[in-house]
Amino acid sequence: MAKYGFFLGCIMPLRYPGIESSSREVFDALGVEIVDMKGASCCPAPGVMRSFDQTYWMSVAARNLAIAEKMGVDIVTICNGCFDTLFEVAHKLNHDPEMRKKVNKILKDATGMEYNGTVNVRHFVELLYRDVGVEAIRAKAKGGKNLKAAVHYGCHFLKPSNIKKIDDAERPHVFDDIVEAAGMTSVAYKDKGMCCGAGGGVRARTPDVALKMTRENLVNMKNAGAEVIVDCCPFCHLQYDAGQVALKGEFAIPVLHLMQILGLAFGLPKEKLGLEVHQTKVNI
Amino acid sequence: MPEAKEPNPEFTRKVVEAGGKTVNLCFQCGTCTGSCPSGRQTAFRVRKLVRRAQLGFEEDVLPSDDLWLCTTCFTCYERCPRGVEIVDVIMALRNMAVRKGYMAEPHRKVAELISKTGHLVTLRDEDKALRTKLGLEGTPPTVFSDPKALEEVKKIAALCGFDKLVQTGGK
Repeated sequence: MAKYGFFLGCIMPLRYPGIESSSREVFDALGVEIVDMKGASCCPAPGVMRSFDQTYWMSVAARNLAIAEKMGVDIVTICNGCFDTLFEVAHKLNHDPEMRKKVNKILKDATGMEYNGTVNVRHFVELLYRDVGVEAIRAKAKGGKNLKAAVHYGCHFLKPSNIKKIDDAERPHVFDDIVEAAGMTSVAYKDKGMCCGAGGGVRARTPDVALKMTRENLVNMKNAGAEVIVDCCPFCHLQYDAGQVALKGEFAIPVLHLMQILGLAFGLPKEKLGLEVHQTKVNI
Repeated sequence: MPEAKEPNPEFTRKVVEAGGKTVNLCFQCGTCTGSCPSGRQTAFRVRKLVRRAQLGFEEDVLPSDDLWLCTTCFTCYERCPRGVEIVDVIMALRNMAVRKGYMAEPHRKVAELISKTGHLVTLRDEDKALRTKLGLEGTPPTVFSDPKALEEVKKIAALCGFDKLVQTGGK
């Protein structure tokens, strides 16, 4: 298996470092070799930052891609937002020579580097599904608990599917398969696949609107009997975790990132998961 | 009856150039509006936004708060039977709106944070303490621990005029 630059982003290392410690342990247990991308920055976020200035968005992303290229590694991310930006920008630069020229001019003037289009950007769920395999995960997940899980894919893991080509965007299964390999039961719920509400700068600008979308999802999850919400993106994670506090006790469903679920199932001690910073109490 | 507004193809051309190259393919079926999670909670209607962009009604589109209710979930983009890359159209419109000074203060603050620190989230003492407790480096091995790397990110902002945009909010 190739070696991967572990792209940290912002929310995971700074607000939920337990997702980072779990990720490092889980990658190690599954034989996925990761290295730090020293000097990397925000991806930058595909909704909010791309909304302001797409040239800036692409140029900062190109710098992150160039760091991995210089190290001779592909990139793995545990965040849908980082995945979308890095994947989409790499795709745009590979398919639009004019844009690549423009972005590389800025990149070279600012950093001395250029991006030559050799880096593959991987989302960890897709990497685990395709390269590690569901059975290898099941074999390690001896400590898995059989809880009813509401799996939340988020938006930017699979979409836009015409370029990502990972799974059916309307009826996906790859994430559910891994959650079930970790011993849980993925429950069907109404409008599964709907946005958590946070993206596109909506959480920052109109948090009340974001929260209405979050609440609709939570109602649907609760009605399906969900005992835990499993996400694959720290931003969705934050929205569900802090969102339940903002909704003042209407819901109390613990929110865990898939890497924390796998950490638990692989027998990682609970104190390694950083659950004490979760705002919605984790009592599983 | 109110007087019909004149279309402004010049504005539509600018939307196409800014990245909304499929905007003219829309035939107004409304699949986008029917798919929109934000539109379920608000009066935001994607179909109307795209129509106004097609007709070049700049003054209806750029100052509009609705433009900022899209979460970029890509559901409409996936389902559009005409292949309109709706998120790309919205991004083009937002970039144009911001350059006209329509940048909300919470957004300007987010942009200011990345232009100053290279990240969208701050590094607090409590974060360092928890990271250390979890066996991670207290300061993540990113621009936070590399002043030279941060200078590079700042230079990119200067070369794109992004630093000025952040200071003025496009005004």
